[in-house]
Amino acid sequence: MKAALVVFLKEVTENLRDRKTVLNALVLGPLLGPVLFAVMMGFIINKQLDSAEKPLALPVIGAEHAPNLVAWLGQQGVQVQPAPADGEAAIREREARAVLVIPASFGEHWRKGETAQVQVLFDSSDQEGRTPKARVSALLQAYSQQQASLRIAARGLHPALLSPLAVADRDLASSQQRAGQLLGFLPYLLVLGAFLGGMYLAIDTTAGERERQSLEPLLANPASRAQIVLGKLGATFGFAMASMMLSLVAFSFAFQYIDLERLGMRIDFDLGLILRAGLLMVPLVMCFAALQTIVAAYAKSYREAQTYLSLLMLVPMLPSIILMVNPMKGELWMSAVPLLSQNVLVMALARGEVVALAEFALSFGATLALAVVLAWVAVRIYHREQLAVSA
Amino acid sequence: MIEVRDLHKAFGKVKAVDGVGFRAADGQITGLLGPNGAGKTTSLRMLYTLMRPDRGQVLVDGIDAAVDPAGVRRRLGVLPDSRGLYKRLTSRENIRYFGQLHGMDDALIARRTDALANALEMGDIIDRRTEGFSQGQRVKTAIARALVHDPRNVILDEPTNGLDVMSTRAMRRFLLQQRAEGRCVLFSSHIMQEVAALCDRIVIIARGQVVAEGTPDELRAQTGEENLEDAFVKAIGTEEGLMA
Repeated sequence: MKAALVVFLKEVTENLRDRKTVLNALVLGPLLGPVLFAVMMGFIINKQLDSAEKPLALPVIGAEHAPNLVAWLGQQGVQVQPAPADGEAAIREREARAVLVIPASFGEHWRKGETAQVQVLFDSSDQEGRTPKARVSALLQAYSQQQASLRIAARGLHPALLSPLAVADRDLASSQQRAGQLLGFLPYLLVLGAFLGGMYLAIDTTAGERERQSLEPLLANPASRAQIVLGKLGATFGFAMASMMLSLVAFSFAFQYIDLERLGMRIDFDLGLILRAGLLMVPLVMCFAALQTIVAAYAKSYREAQTYLSLLMLVPMLPSIILMVNPMKGELWMSAVPLLSQNVLVMALARGEVVALAEFALSFGATLALAVVLAWVAVRIYHREQLAVSA
Repeated sequence: MIEVRDLHKAFGKVKAVDGVGFRAADGQITGLLGPNGAGKTTSLRMLYTLMRPDRGQVLVDGIDAAVDPAGVRRRLGVLPDSRGLYKRLTSRENIRYFGQLHGMDDALIARRTDALANALEMGDIIDRRTEGFSQGQRVKTAIARALVHDPRNVILDEPTNGLDVMSTRAMRRFLLQQRAEGRCVLFSSHIMQEVAALCDRIVIIARGQVVAEGTPDELRAQTGEENLEDAFVKAIGTEEGLMA
């Protein structure tokens, strides 16, 4: 095992001296995910809070036909605005998010005690229009209820007649679980950090070493090829792991600056979570280091290796996408599937749920087994004659 | 001592080596001479176990390369055709890396490095990073790296390729010194003058086969040519690819 250690130390030393690798693997790689996440989250939170808390501006067409209704809306904090020239055009041009139209016949129907109709114009394809529209509809509904109660009371009946059923919602999700939905991409971003962290070493130690014509002299040494490959794999794994742990720490910092409390959410991204998630990812990072080494060793040149590895980066996205589109309840068999298990379990950890030791061990063991197989394949590749002979 | 018996190696339908056999004795410089593409590099690659021969046997100090490849590599110092250095490491670190891979301890590596740096006249570059080295400086580092473990047998594939006159002369002095120390030196070249100037024995390879073998005098006698150059041409059967 001594030769493997020698190779490992040499690869680490050499790559730590390369500013580009250090910058990419240990600075940009780990920061990419958290920064992307923080910016996106900040943006979404601001948007949601804005539209929910801002005073609602509502252009009203035909306000003169229902002065009572308009006055009531004003009391509810709605900024009633004068009618635009063309209500539909105002919606299409996104000058207004919702427009209330009161027809001329409103007053007549109202006085007769019939159902009077109003229209709310909106555009359901406009993201920012949804909240204002919902708020207008809710207000109009409330007004309708209130007026109904008054009419019933005027006839000497009890207003409760109008609501035989009262519905009370109780949300059982903890504030940390609610935040879980925001974390759907956390596992992928972690994998991405590890991937970027190991990529440069995987290429440099294989395709790069061959392109620089130093592989043949290296293989003329008595050290076995298995030891040489393991040393190289170890260096790639080391960088990938360092990159991912830095990524986790950066996430922990990012979450301190995202104001989740205002959304009624909470994320405890503490040291315990960092360590547990990090440990869970160890065998997966091994798999990727081996996979990257295999692919890079097959490539004929540095550039070719870069192309292949960039494509390979899309693979770990699959479980994240599947789980986003089709959220599955965590079941034990999932823990046996590498990549999927890390997705499910890291998410569970982030949601503050208890991960059973059996699930943890199953995930670790199954993924470790895959890593061993992949490392064995990498060693086999290094026994191929064509590998050593530079083009 | 290096002994090669009836080596064969084909890449697809191309027979790169088709029955090469020779001996290189201790305390002698043996030259593998042949035109480009004659099969010299492939023969050497089988010798230092980078490739497995389809047929034939390689013995280094009596150890069979097919049985104990690591043992063979331990007894060889190899300067292959490709001799890239690690440019973010210093010359000394490049040498130390190979010493460590041979399982040597730090003190021994340091002693050997100093001795080789002395012999190869590389005192001014030994602690510089190898990025930006001249061709001559690179070859010196590569040789020191290959010989750090003090091997009894030295194999060099076209060692003077790309070197200027001064470096070539330094290289020749170095090879003669290795011979004086009793090592078995085997090197390949396509440059006839070089082989003629250095070698005790010459093995001429053409089209994957040994076409002539012996001391320069024996070669002259075998071919019936007075001039060594004419003897080479006659042995190979063509002048193609012989000139540098």
